[in-house]
Amino acid sequence: MDKNQIIRPENLVHAKPELMNNNHMHYCPGCSHGVVHKLVAEVIKELGLQEKTIGIAPVGCAVFAYNYIDIDWQEAAHGRAPALATAVKRLLPDKMVFTYQGDGDLAAIGTAETIHAANRGEDIAIIFINNGIYGMTGGQMAPTTLKNMKTSTSPEGRNTQTMGNPLKILDLLALLDGVCLATRVSVHSAAAVKKTKRMIRLAFENSLAGKGTSIVEVVSTCNAGWKMTPAAANDWMVENMFPVYPIGDLKNI
Amino acid sequence: MSEEIVLMKGNEAIAHAAIRYGVDGYFGYPITPQSEIIETLMEVAPWKTTGMVVLQAESEVAAINMVYGGAACGKYAMTSSSSPGISLKQEGISYMAGAELPALIVNVQRGGPGLGTIQPSQADYFQTVKGGGHGDYKLITLAPNSVQEMADFVGLAFELAFKYRNPAMILTDGVIGQMMEKVKLPAWQQRRSEQEIREQCPWATLGKTADRKPNIITSLELDSAAMEKNNERFQAKYRVVEATEVRYEEIKCDDADYLLVAFGSAARICQKTIDLARKEGIKVGLVRPITLWPFPTEVLYAYGGRVKGMLTVELNAGQMVEDVRLAVNGQIPVAHYGRLGGIVPTPEGVLAALKEKVVH
Repeated sequence: MDKNQIIRPENLVHAKPELMNNNHMHYCPGCSHGVVHKLVAEVIKELGLQEKTIGIAPVGCAVFAYNYIDIDWQEAAHGRAPALATAVKRLLPDKMVFTYQGDGDLAAIGTAETIHAANRGEDIAIIFINNGIYGMTGGQMAPTTLKNMKTSTSPEGRNTQTMGNPLKILDLLALLDGVCLATRVSVHSAAAVKKTKRMIRLAFENSLAGKGTSIVEVVSTCNAGWKMTPAAANDWMVENMFPVYPIGDLKNI
Repeated sequence: MSEEIVLMKGNEAIAHAAIRYGVDGYFGYPITPQSEIIETLMEVAPWKTTGMVVLQAESEVAAINMVYGGAACGKYAMTSSSSPGISLKQEGISYMAGAELPALIVNVQRGGPGLGTIQPSQADYFQTVKGGGHGDYKLITLAPNSVQEMADFVGLAFELAFKYRNPAMILTDGVIGQMMEKVKLPAWQQRRSEQEIREQCPWATLGKTADRKPNIITSLELDSAAMEKNNERFQAKYRVVEATEVRYEEIKCDDADYLLVAFGSAARICQKTIDLARKEGIKVGLVRPITLWPFPTEVLYAYGGRVKGMLTVELNAGQMVEDVRLAVNGQIPVAHYGRLGGIVPTPEGVLAALKEKVVH
């Protein structure tokens, strides 16, 4: 088989999403962000929402999310994305509004904004990347860092007596009446990626339909921050993260 | 039709003016002495008439970030608070200055520092005109001295904010916010349609259409060379504002030997002092800066060559006096008189200070 046969359209098994541009990605190879970005771009395109979507980027590894997906974006201060999204959706109720946030942004500095936006039942979708570490600043402890997990600010492992416990914020959010979808997914296998795409689609549809707040927590790897190969990071996540952050729907109404 | 004149508090005038101007969204958190603004909005319920969104946020931090989100959509978005709450908003104000977002912030000042007092103060002058948040930025600052100006400056603040894509503040205090006066409310104005906003604000994030690139509202630029260029662009804009938008009022300055310089509620008190002084044969005038940034530097420099001395009167320990001294540039003595912690000076107190510190 020569090259021209290989690149025939009918042999295409994977394509770059139409809404993703050619900007050089800053994410580390093996990081979950790239996969989730691709899913977000695919779902927006498939739902025909390019002209109706406003994305809110966080502070953290995804701070440059706006560089990769060709929709309108706002870059929020650290943790404040749900407050921005609240105003955008209230002022433009026919748009699809989503935030894309990491664990430090959503579950530490932005806890108040997250919980109160969800408690008001703002019609927004929240894509929540939980990799248990601060990647952008070089591997410090996150609110979701596991017990005994080593980071640059917990070099002997997270001591839950002095540093607090892993924060299961999705469990808190699922309790709120304003939340219509609280689900935990991952992107470490083909099946998991497909499931995650379905849940992102549902969250975006919920925003459009005005059903309330949807949170899709993607339990993710940070192989660079965890100091592992991507494959080893996936295995470590399954073995150590999933018991604390079990995959599945906490709420789906 | 006869003119529609009503009696109301300054805080209430802000709320009514915002609805009439066609403001799209108000986001706030209660704090004395300005809670009448959100209370009035909730009572009038403009979402039933103009479609204006009114939302009580979980904190001042959330409220200012809601304003960021609304402003980034090209909407008329505003918040209000009082000194401790305004301190919390500084992060958001800096981000809006960095992202060049137009919005209105109202500060009905109370005495500080800390939780301080709920009584009036002008001690946030430095915070407002010298920065407040981090980075090199300027906040267009309007200082009303009456309930009428509270109403009028809502529209003026939005006009200037959108003209320069910069946040604007109405810097007032508990006196002006709480006192009742006659006011002629501004004319009703239709809220702008999404299409009108798309035309007026081509930068707004209203959803990417096929005919343009994505709109991205951000204050982030990691490339230092590009970030310096951004800063130079901001500074060039600030110089235009300084050259174009200075506003001030002169009262009985023509024959004055001495000048009082005061803004907001302090300027109202000084008007009475002028009468008291002139009865005693002391020719006193008043320059009232209406824009605190841009500051009326040139006019004060010119008076520095004409009068014998100036007294700034402020509800603080001496803040605007520094800008007056910079403007006068050593030509004549410039003294300060202020009361602190929520105490309001009396006209007699100002006259006594004038005689003691300036008139020799």
